[in-house]
Amino acid sequence: MSTVKAKDDGAGGFIILFFILGFVASMILGWIVFPKLLYSQKEQPFNFDHAIHMDMVGACESCHFFRDDGTFSGIPKLAQCIDCHQDVQGFTKDEEIFVNEYVRNYREVPWLIYSEQPDCVYFSHSAHVLSGGMECKTCHGPIAETETSRPYEYNRITGYSRDIWGKSMLGLKKNPWDRMKMDDCAECHRENGVKQNSAQTHKGACFVCHK
Amino acid sequence: MKKAQEHTAPKKYGMVIDLDKCTGCGACMAACMAENNVPFREDETDKNLSITWLRVYKLTNGKKFPNADVCYLPRPCMHCEGHHGHSPCVSVCPATATDYSYDTGIVSQIYTRCFGCRYCMAACPYHVRYFNWWDPVWPEGMEKMLSPNVSVRTRGVVEKCSFCFHRYQIAMEKVRYEGRAELAEDEYQTACTQACPANAITFGDLNNHDHAVYKLKTHPDAFRLLERLGTNPKVYYISSREWVRRQGDNYLENEGKVVAKAH
Repeated sequence: MSTVKAKDDGAGGFIILFFILGFVASMILGWIVFPKLLYSQKEQPFNFDHAIHMDMVGACESCHFFRDDGTFSGIPKLAQCIDCHQDVQGFTKDEEIFVNEYVRNYREVPWLIYSEQPDCVYFSHSAHVLSGGMECKTCHGPIAETETSRPYEYNRITGYSRDIWGKSMLGLKKNPWDRMKMDDCAECHRENGVKQNSAQTHKGACFVCHK
Repeated sequence: MKKAQEHTAPKKYGMVIDLDKCTGCGACMAACMAENNVPFREDETDKNLSITWLRVYKLTNGKKFPNADVCYLPRPCMHCEGHHGHSPCVSVCPATATDYSYDTGIVSQIYTRCFGCRYCMAACPYHVRYFNWWDPVWPEGMEKMLSPNVSVRTRGVVEKCSFCFHRYQIAMEKVRYEGRAELAEDEYQTACTQACPANAITFGDLNNHDHAVYKLKTHPDAFRLLERLGTNPKVYYISSREWVRRQGDNYLENEGKVVAKAH
């Protein structure tokens, strides 16, 4: 009897070990391999130092401004940079690339937009910044303090920027700028009672942010 | 975080179309298709398969020469209010893909939310809703001409006229930038209204005393389509011809003079 029992114990241990190994392997697969498979990376045309610009110009609105028709200009065009950057300033390689390849040739820089939303989304900066009195930082995070441009990551299937889903694979967020999904917009709209004018749900109507 | 929010009186955007002025030229249809990235097919003969947010119908009085008469009737989405925003399509949508806004009175259609059951198409008495049987195919180079303000629909979803809602969104940007409270009448106009060479279409806020539509909708010859269904549409028509007004609803032959509407 006792020998049979001992044999059973040995087999049980092996099964547990096998389970643990399998568990670890699937965790590695899920947390390290899968994100690598799902997201691809691109580098920005050259590095952009927000911190150094903030020291010079003082505020986000100096470069990211509203046009006269109330639309938001987004990432600056060459026309905004050219006043200061006609000639190479400083000694960085990035400045050299910018002036020699783009400014001198009047070529727009093909910046990759981290916070670009899908086609079906309508977002109004004027509603948030001008009417809502929100700060840029609330949604974009402390980007003004960065000295380097991080790689642009995008989903291989949808083509959307990783900033939309967020860095966390589980979709968790600590800060408001960690994610830019519809739920995040809706959460804030609900809390602040923004346009809760839907006849069907008495919540936020879809046409507020969709087009 | 938020302090100053927009608190403006609720709007009820609507349209008044003068059928005596409409020549049936179809400029409104063309303007609408271009404005809203509406897909078209090489063969548009089968109207069950093709998409037109705004369609011009030809009405005839059925009489012989010299009494024959025709009338052209442009038909956008009626943006029915129903009772408290429960328009026919909104009531049946199981996905909340179509909705009625108390702020603008516009019936929205969210293409990414719609899963194509087509209940709304069955519920709509005006046939304003169209189903995408295929992904849109644009002639080469034309995809570069698409408007970025309107999302392009995919196969398997329903679409319809939005009263050019994106124009409202864009116009509101300027209102906020200038710190104003209200949108002026001419700042938000639909593409069809502006394209009409006969000025047959008038668009504006039906709640606003200063807007042209407010007065026009009380015109003695004003009527709405299938008014007796209780859909409470926001598109009004004006025709001086009795036979045209009679075709606006299912009137019996022996019914007296058509006196329509509860405005």
